[in-house]
Order: sequence, then C-alpha cells, then structure tokens
Amino acid sequence: MTDTSANAARPFQLSLPLRGLGKPSTMGGRWPVLILFLPPALLLFTLFVILPMGEAAWYSFYHWNGYGAPEQFVGLRNFQVLFNHGAFVTALKNNGLIILVSLVVQVPLALWLAMMLAHRIPGAVTFRLIFFLPYVLADVAAGLIWRFVYDGDYGLFAAIAGFLGVESPYVLADRNLAIYAILAVVVWKYFGFHMMLFIAGLQAMDKNVLEAAEIDGATGWQKFRYVTLPLLGSTVRLSVFFAVIGSLQLFDMIMPLTGGGPSNSTQTMVTFLYTYGVMRMQVGFGSAIGVVLFVICVTLAFTYKRSAMRND
Amino acid sequence: MSSNVESLSFGRVSQLVCTTALAVTIATAASAQTVVSLMHPQSTPLVLEVWDQLVAEYEAQHSGVDVQLQFLENEAFKAKMPTLLQSENAPHIFYSWGGGVLKAQSETGALMDLTEAMNADGGAWKNSYVPASFESLTFDGRIWAVPYQLGTISFFYNKELLQKAGVDGENIKTWPDFLAAVKKLKEAGIVPLAGGGGEKWPIHFYWSLLVMRSGGKEVFTQAKNGEGEGFMHPAVVKAGDHLAELGTLEPFQAGWQAATWPETQGAFGDGKAAMILGFQNTEIGQANAAADGKGLAAENIGRFPFPEVEGGLGKITDTLGPLNGWAVTRNAPPEALDFLAFFTSADSQRKLAEAKAIIPVAKGAEDGVTDPLLKMSADELAVSTWHQNFFDQDLGPSIGRVVNDASVEIAAGNMSGEEGAQMIQDAFELEQF
Repeated sequence: MTDTSANAARPFQLSLPLRGLGKPSTMGGRWPVLILFLPPALLLFTLFVILPMGEAAWYSFYHWNGYGAPEQFVGLRNFQVLFNHGAFVTALKNNGLIILVSLVVQVPLALWLAMMLAHRIPGAVTFRLIFFLPYVLADVAAGLIWRFVYDGDYGLFAAIAGFLGVESPYVLADRNLAIYAILAVVVWKYFGFHMMLFIAGLQAMDKNVLEAAEIDGATGWQKFRYVTLPLLGSTVRLSVFFAVIGSLQLFDMIMPLTGGGPSNSTQTMVTFLYTYGVMRMQVGFGSAIGVVLFVICVTLAFTYKRSAMRND
Repeated sequence: MSSNVESLSFGRVSQLVCTTALAVTIATAASAQTVVSLMHPQSTPLVLEVWDQLVAEYEAQHSGVDVQLQFLENEAFKAKMPTLLQSENAPHIFYSWGGGVLKAQSETGALMDLTEAMNADGGAWKNSYVPASFESLTFDGRIWAVPYQLGTISFFYNKELLQKAGVDGENIKTWPDFLAAVKKLKEAGIVPLAGGGGEKWPIHFYWSLLVMRSGGKEVFTQAKNGEGEGFMHPAVVKAGDHLAELGTLEPFQAGWQAATWPETQGAFGDGKAAMILGFQNTEIGQANAAADGKGLAAENIGRFPFPEVEGGLGKITDTLGPLNGWAVTRNAPPEALDFLAFFTSADSQRKLAEAKAIIPVAKGAEDGVTDPLLKMSADELAVSTWHQNFFDQDLGPSIGRVVNDASVEIAAGNMSGEEGAQMIQDAFELEQF
C-alpha cells in the first residue's frame, strides 16, 4: 500500500539525470555533481552546526560566565547540577506533557478537520485558511496575543468573567494552571499545520481504493480505519515527527506568555537553557543543557526515523 | 557567448569602480568625524528626550564628533554584552549597574581603566562627583565607570486609598506598623500592594531591604564575601520569615505572579493597589504605565522609607538603590571620555534632574531636583548611613537571579525564609572555587 507514494516519486527522480546527461546515471556522472555541490553544504554544516556543537560540548565542562576564555575546569559538575535541578526536572516533564498533548489532542484534531476539509465542499477553502492562520503568525506575536486574552485585568478572560459575573481568573499567574493555558495555545497554534499536511496527504490518495471499499460495502468508519489511515501512514508518521521535534524546541511562544514562570512551572528545556544559561551568564552550565537537549533530540530523531519511518 | 561574458564583466567592473569611488568619497567625508557609540537600555521617552538634547548640544560644540546612541532592550542588553565586549563591534560606552557584573567585565581586559583619567589634574574629574557614587564602580582601588545616577527604593502610597482605610502613611515606621496597615487595607476591600512577580526583581526589593534592616551592613557584607554563616545567618533567615509573613496576608494584586513591572506600576497608577515598593522616579513611572496615561496626581502620592524590623541591626537610614555608571571599552577614542565628562557634568545632570529622570551624582546639580517626591529620595540619599547597590546586581548575574527567584517563592508562600536562604547559599557556594 505504501508503495503507491514511492512509485509516484521514482519516475521523477530518474527523469532528471536522463534528461541532463542523455544516459542513465553512473558513478562517472555523479562525481562532478558531488564535487560541485557537496563542499558548500558540508562547509556550512560544519561551520554552523558541528563546530558550535563541539564548542558547546567543550564549554559544558567549564565554569564560565562568557567573558574571556574558559579556564575553570569542573568536569561533569554542570551535568550533576543540571540533573538535580528541580526546574530542569519540571522542564523535562513539561516537554513530555507537550509531546503527549500534541499526539493525543493536536494530531487527531488535525486529522479530523482534514477529513472534513479535504473534499471539495462549499467553504472548505475558507475554513482551511482560517484554521491555518494561527500557524502563519510569528510565535512571539501569538504569545503576546494570548497573554492579552488570558489577562485578568483587561483581557478577554476578564471580559468573559465580568459578563458571567464571576471573579476573573489569572491563569498565567497560577502555577497549577499556567502550563495548561500554554498547552491550549500550542494546540491552537500548530493544529493548522498538521491539518494541512493531512489534507495534502488525503488529496494525493488514490480515490479508486476508497471507491472499491465502498463497493465492497465498507462503512464510513471502516473506510477510515482500513483504507484512509493506512494510506495516510507516512503523513501521520511525519506529522508525529514534527510534533515531537517542535515540542522539544518550544521557546518563543512561552517567553512572552509566562517566561517560564510562575515558580518555573512552565519551563521547557529551551526556556530553561535561556533562563539559567544565557540570562545568568552561566555559559558553561547553559552549554551542558544544550548538550543534553541535543542528545535527546538526536536520539529521538534517529530512533524514530529508524523505527517508525523506516519505510517512508 | 564569450563577448557576452566580456561585456557583462565590463559592466560589472565599471559598476564596481563607480561604487568604490563613491564609497571612498563617503569615507573621506566621514573620516573628519569621530564616531562615539553609546549603548543603553533606556526606554523612557522623557529621559531619551533630554539625552538627545544633550547629544545635540555636545555635537554642536564639537563638530568633529558624532555621538550615536544605540538602544537595546534591558534583557537583550544584558544577554548580548558578553559577546559584544569580545568583538570588534563593542560600543565605546555602555550603561552599567556596577557591582558583580561590572567587576566580571573589568577582569576580562575589555574595559578601559578610568583611574588615571579621573585622578588627572589633582583628581579634577573625580572630584566633580559625590564620593559615594563610586562605591560599586570601583574594585581594588581602580575606577571602571563614570557615575551617572543614584537612586533609592522606598514605598509610595496612594493617599486617598490609605485615608479610606484609616491608615496614616507617615506613621508607618516599623514592620509591624506596615503589616497592620496591610491588614487594615485588606479589611477595607483595598488591594494593599502592587507587586511584579512576573519579572521577579521587583519582589527582591522586599527581601533585600528586609535583609538590610534585619542584618545590617556587616551581616550582608560577610555573606557576600562568603564569611561566617553566609546567607544562612539567622538575621537573613529572619528577613525571609518576615517576607513570608507578609505573603500569608496575600497583600498583592490578583495575578501578581505574572505581572510585569509596567503592569505593576499601572496597578498603582490606576488606583487598583494602594502601595508600591518602587524607584525614586515612581511618579513618572506610574503615570507612564497608567491606563489613562496620567495616573495618580503628584499630590495624591505619599512616600515613606522601608520600615525597621524589631531587633534589627540595620538602620532606617540605610538605603538600597541603583548606582549606575557608564563603562568605557578599551578601544574607545579619547572623545568618548570627553563626551562622558560633558554628559555627566553638573549642568547636564541638572537638566536630567529637572525632568524628574535622575537623582544626580555630579556635585552642584542637586538644585535640579525640585520635584517634592524626588527631593525626599535625594535628601534621604544625602544622609544615607549605608547605600547598597541592588542585590541582584551586586551579587552578580547568577546569584542575583537566584535571590530574585527565592524572593518570589517566599512571598508566594512556596518557601520558608530558611529554604530561601539555603537556595541562595547553595547558589553562592556553587560559584566559589
């Protein structure tokens, strides 16, 4: 089943070298391309990804405030402090929670909406646009907008509370509630993106298979469960991949909303890095956080690619 | 094909020549000008207006100098400075809060040692400032920044609201007086305090001042230098307990744990909270931040110094507040120093004081402080028995932020005074080698 999408892509890949060289691709035809195109990419990647990562790994063994050269070697102390840090543990938990909500709420919601909007029904384009709009907004802008929405003095929540005649809530100031307020914004912000992925996936689907299922007397749910979902498999796996990586990187929306507060209850790994590494001029400690974050991301990405996306 | 290439390259070359010629012309025109760059986190329009006037005035007198003011938002300013100072693009002059951060910067060799310049001509330049203004700008006898302003943190209150609750602001002298006032305000259905827990540092004023009142100069200095019991000194723990006691009264406005400083000042300016622990220029601050842009009328604002605590070793005349200066980087041209001498001269400082922007540090500029509320702060500073820089600056960025964290946690009731002190002491020990 998954072969359909792979087949669709293959002739296109082959046609390029055919047209360019007038003969099937061989190693002889590939070398000039390699020599011409690889060095710039490799150089940039080394310069801006590998070297900084290596530097961070080096700094993480030092106690260093960013001024002068790092001199105070502290071994693994930064990591030791990090794993015993209450706020870092909260940050890890929050990242887990964000991933969970992305998978359990956001992706199914996006899929459900996509199922409704993938067909050429009246108003579909308008709704697609509306649902996609939050994703277009810059993260910081979205954070600022929602800070105003949640505001208990002059915000939308205050107005609603006033209308209902109840005491206005200050969700962002409550350390038990703030993280849920942020989760709501995360779902609101990114479901449109996943929905678009699914719509694209649905539109690329072979309609004949659905039709065949229909002729066989499959119900709506059966069609979805046994035909659409398996055919969408690669899109779903990609969507989950984006959701996980996006959750791990979540930063710019949280800063204007809560800045990680109150009482560190809304820290994620990246806001933790910024608050404890950059703002406190603890570059050594910050680098240690960066290294841990990097290891987590790489491990997740590779395991996921190797297992779930093996055939995509 | 080849002729095409040639004509193209010829076009390129001629274009290049033109651009280069143009660039050279511009460069020669500009070389007559010495650029002095100054980086600052100041965003209050009122202050910037006076700065711009002063710069224009200086440039008019010195036609060869172009002074460029560059703004960076507070947090960004602090975060970018370490990188900037190590690069070629470091500004010639930049704003400093003194204390631990300036000390760290001075140790890297990125800054210009101003001691000689200050002491030249029998210390003419140095003597033009109030001696106390060098306190947290000097390390081991070397001066690392030009003084700019002094300030003090104290309570400001809404006279009308206090009267409504039957509280006399002028009679709040001790911590129990203060707690009683908070209770009375609460009973009258008035929010007693505006607090900015979102940014944390506004709450660290409470803890800092309680430590100063409870332990006095000696205890704090010992803690800062890692002597004796450090931050676990009973007086420091006691200070935290006092703050926790205030916290149990729930004195702050609703949502204070997420409130930014402008929102906090706004709560006071809008009359939604009766008191605020704020800067010497709270009057213009609250007006700026108020919903109507006007805030409380000056005659409706009262002021009292942070109250004394029972059995405390500190005095009510000890002051906590900013001591700002201008640090100069190593490669700055001589004009930078000349500009700073002008920028912080008695005349310039008088103008800033008249705009209610600063309490001057230049001798002879005191008469610029005409505003009654600002004058109260200035008078208090003039007779200060111990002026202490902000804890979060003095202790350096790392421990400083922990002080901020602990202060909010204590005030929110999540930590006891002892746990807060322990958290700070732990952070302090981590920094030592």
